This record gives sequence, structure tokens and C-alpha cells, in this order.
Amino acid sequence: MSVQARIEEKLATLEPVEMAVENESYMHHVPPDSETHFKVTLVSERFAGLMPVKRHQLIYSLLADELAGPVHALALHLYTPQQWSTRGGVRPDSPNCRGGGGQ
Amino acid sequence: MSDTIESIKQQISDNAILLYMKGSPQLPQCGFSAQAVQALMACGEKFAFVNILDNPDIRSELPKYASWPTFPQLWIDGELVGGCDIIVEMYQNGELEPMVKAAAAKSAEASSDS
Repeated sequence: MSVQARIEEKLATLEPVEMAVENESYMHHVPPDSETHFKVTLVSERFAGLMPVKRHQLIYSLLADELAGPVHALALHLYTPQQWSTRGGVRPDSPNCRGGGGQ
Repeated sequence: MSDTIESIKQQISDNAILLYMKGSPQLPQCGFSAQAVQALMACGEKFAFVNILDNPDIRSELPKYASWPTFPQLWIDGELVGGCDIIVEMYQNGELEPMVKAAAAKSAEASSDS
């Protein structure tokens, strides 16, 4: 199973209303077809009442194995359904690489 | 407890606004660190930083201590505020600047008292 599929499977436990797991590794200095840099956009009722740090830590705990292993960067955009509709369903862009990953 | 954790705790308690990042504010070595620096600088207060590329011990120990696997990490008043995504989002929705200003003011007051 690909890293991306494992991430999707684990995050599905949050019963997301919207979920996008995007492999952005091609934007960084890694070999072709790498699975190192991901962006996750996830909308779930589970985030209600949780501060941003707690939301991220919830994801980090679900993906602890991936983060200890192949995954080097994980951009997280986490919203409640209410916040997502306020945003108009738009997720932010990720920044370009500055070359520090290989050090 | 390891010396590294001790020095991390010291850094976090000594610096009201502290950014652990890849590279320096002048020369960030990672796009996520660069975005975090940009948002933080826009708040107009001085902040401390640690370049984790120069400090491999901190780079390996801090994620465990913080329950936060990646960099950058912004710490304000001894608390983890978050990484790049949270910093940028808080800047955009206007929450970051007051938090940074309050921390800077409190720290200036504390140092003039002593």
C-alpha cells in the first residue's frame, strides 16, 4: 500500500466531510515518485472545540508511524464544517522548497 | 533527563517569542520556515530563533518534547503556538499580531523590573 493510501485510510477514522491528501513531493528536492511531502486538507466535526495545536496533534498521533518513517513534511489545513463553509471551500497553497531538506 | 531537553526548556523559558526553524530569518532553508518567518516579522516585534540545521540534538529531541514532529515551531510565553500552517493562518485572521505584541510587552516589562 502506498504511503498516501495509508494516510487516507488512517484519517478516514475522523469521519471527514471533506478530505484531500495531496502528494507535493514533486515540489521538493527528492527523487521522482517520492512520498515525502504531503498536504492534507480535512474537514471534520471532530475538530469542534479544539485549538489549532490540538487539531494538529490529533493528526500527528494518528500518523505517528508515517511521520517517524517516510513522511518528511505534512502541511495540515484542518477545519470544522462551519469554518470550511465560511472559507468557501478553499485550501491554502503550500510554499516552494528552499533546499534545506537534504541537510 | 538529557542536557538537550534542559537547554530546550531554558530557551523556551528565556525567550518570550522563539522560533525553531531551518536556516535563519535572513536565509530560511525551507519554504515552510520562510513563510513562518515572514508572518512573524510582519508582526513587528523582535523574536529569538534557533536554526535546527545547526543543532542536530535539538532537531531530534524537540519533536518528542513538543509532541510536534516537524519544523518550524513557534513558542510564545513558553507554549507551543504551532507550525507554519497555524502561524500563517493566525497571521491572516489577525490573531498572531496581538499575541506577539502582548508577549513582547510582557517580556519588556519583566526585564525592566529586574
